[in-house]
Amino acid sequence: MKTIDEINEKIKNGKAVVVTAEEMVEITKDKGTKKAAEYVDVVTTGTFGPMCSSGMFMNVGHSKPRIKIGGGKCLLNDVPAYTGIAAVDIYLGATAIPDDDPRNMVYPGAFKYGGAHVIEEFVNGKNIRLAATAYGTDCYPRKHIETYINKDTVNEAYLYNPRNAYQNYNVAVNLSKKIIYTYMGIVRPHMLSANYCSAGQLSPLLKDPKYRTIGIGTRIFLGGGVGYVAWNGTQHNPDALRSPDGLPRAGAGTIAVIGDAKKMSGDYLKGASFVGYGVTMFVGLGIPIPVLDEEMAYFTSRSDEDFWAQVVDYGNDYPNRVPKSICEVNYAQLKSGKVTINGTEVPTYPISSYSKAREIATILKDWIHSKAFLLTNPVTPLPGVDSGISLNTLEENVPEIV
Amino acid sequence: MKKRIIIRFKRKTIDKPIVYRLAKDYDLIFAILRASVFPRADSMMVLEIEGTDENFQKGIEYLKDMNLDIEPIEQDINRDESRCVHCGVCTSVCAPEAMYINREDMKVEFDYEKCVACELCVKVCPVKAMNVSFE
Repeated sequence: MKTIDEINEKIKNGKAVVVTAEEMVEITKDKGTKKAAEYVDVVTTGTFGPMCSSGMFMNVGHSKPRIKIGGGKCLLNDVPAYTGIAAVDIYLGATAIPDDDPRNMVYPGAFKYGGAHVIEEFVNGKNIRLAATAYGTDCYPRKHIETYINKDTVNEAYLYNPRNAYQNYNVAVNLSKKIIYTYMGIVRPHMLSANYCSAGQLSPLLKDPKYRTIGIGTRIFLGGGVGYVAWNGTQHNPDALRSPDGLPRAGAGTIAVIGDAKKMSGDYLKGASFVGYGVTMFVGLGIPIPVLDEEMAYFTSRSDEDFWAQVVDYGNDYPNRVPKSICEVNYAQLKSGKVTINGTEVPTYPISSYSKAREIATILKDWIHSKAFLLTNPVTPLPGVDSGISLNTLEENVPEIV
Repeated sequence: MKKRIIIRFKRKTIDKPIVYRLAKDYDLIFAILRASVFPRADSMMVLEIEGTDENFQKGIEYLKDMNLDIEPIEQDINRDESRCVHCGVCTSVCAPEAMYINREDMKVEFDYEKCVACELCVKVCPVKAMNVSFE
């Protein structure tokens, strides 16, 4: 048994054993979980995938005379930002697109530029054109402004992503007769392709399946900089299907994360255009997991063969919210390039970057080794399996007339 | 030898039966992988040619004598390595498997020899790392 404080002391003394999740798989194969738990202190994880529920808060500073952008309109490189907060605070969502983008009018749309691209350019230090209109008040008389901002001119700029790092995800196939363009990429008809989106054995929440160490306040790698877990993510669903040992076999937990965007890098926050679907953002995220005891050694050493995912039809079932799984496949099968579904061999294609996930886990390991990054005790845990939380749906309710 | 080339036509040369000449006069096996020919604009054709080294060279000389621009395919199709994140989306649309995942390091590799210049990777690449500079 170790505590996070003890591990931090070891890190400060340069004595901590820090390994990536991939290395932990191998170490445990050699030593077994008991010895691995004694030997290894920290396992680093990483993921790099499209995460739509991402965005950036900014305070752009006050102009002279002042303008109340709050409640008005604000465009950043023609992409609309949310203004329904204070005078010069705005939120730019990753999936926002310019008003004049043709969207899917000419199907499938290209969605070449959106909020995520603005965020990528912003963290890379580029100038962003700000155009805002307001209604004017006695204290904020100005009604219009056009200027350029960048990360040196604004006050705060921090990423706040309501849902990142999904703990496992669906594998998308298409049983319909026509090609479909989805957030899972292009899925060929007649089940000719299976697309998946998880770093598997490197994925942060898969390596702490019961949220024993990852909780609110956990310090993480986010977008090339340092971030924190702010809350459980939206659609956090700890009650999802699990193996007897607790490993999720479907999309389960999620985290909301926050971090200083000024210190992030375009290498780990990349604007992405998904044909026919929209704009999203590749987010690089990594979490160090303390190996507190044998159970954590067991969890952190689970490999691609141990992680199963549900194969879902995105031709009909997913869009119509039919809760149906065709079968289960594991990430070792998915990563091999082909899986067998109902007796048919189907080629698999990833949507998230495993090589980037590996890069992130390695960077995080280096940060901890160099004593630049210490582990955190969660302020409070994420809602767990016994929390009673399950997913609600949106129904077309008619309120009763009293 | 077998090679994929891009032939660029000027407006004055689009009506010349060059593929016929390559096959008849130089005994070259050809496959037209892509062609866009317009009467009033510069046009192009992606061709795979196969034959003896001698005939291949003679065929290329003939094309040059016809005042056509010849480019190897890799000159016109390229990947911006600084943008590519190796997500793998391109591999899902690449029918000839020119874009494929190296299972060792899970990075996306690009085999120019297999590319048929269909440009689907350019359309689907989420980070716009693929470029094809066809006119």
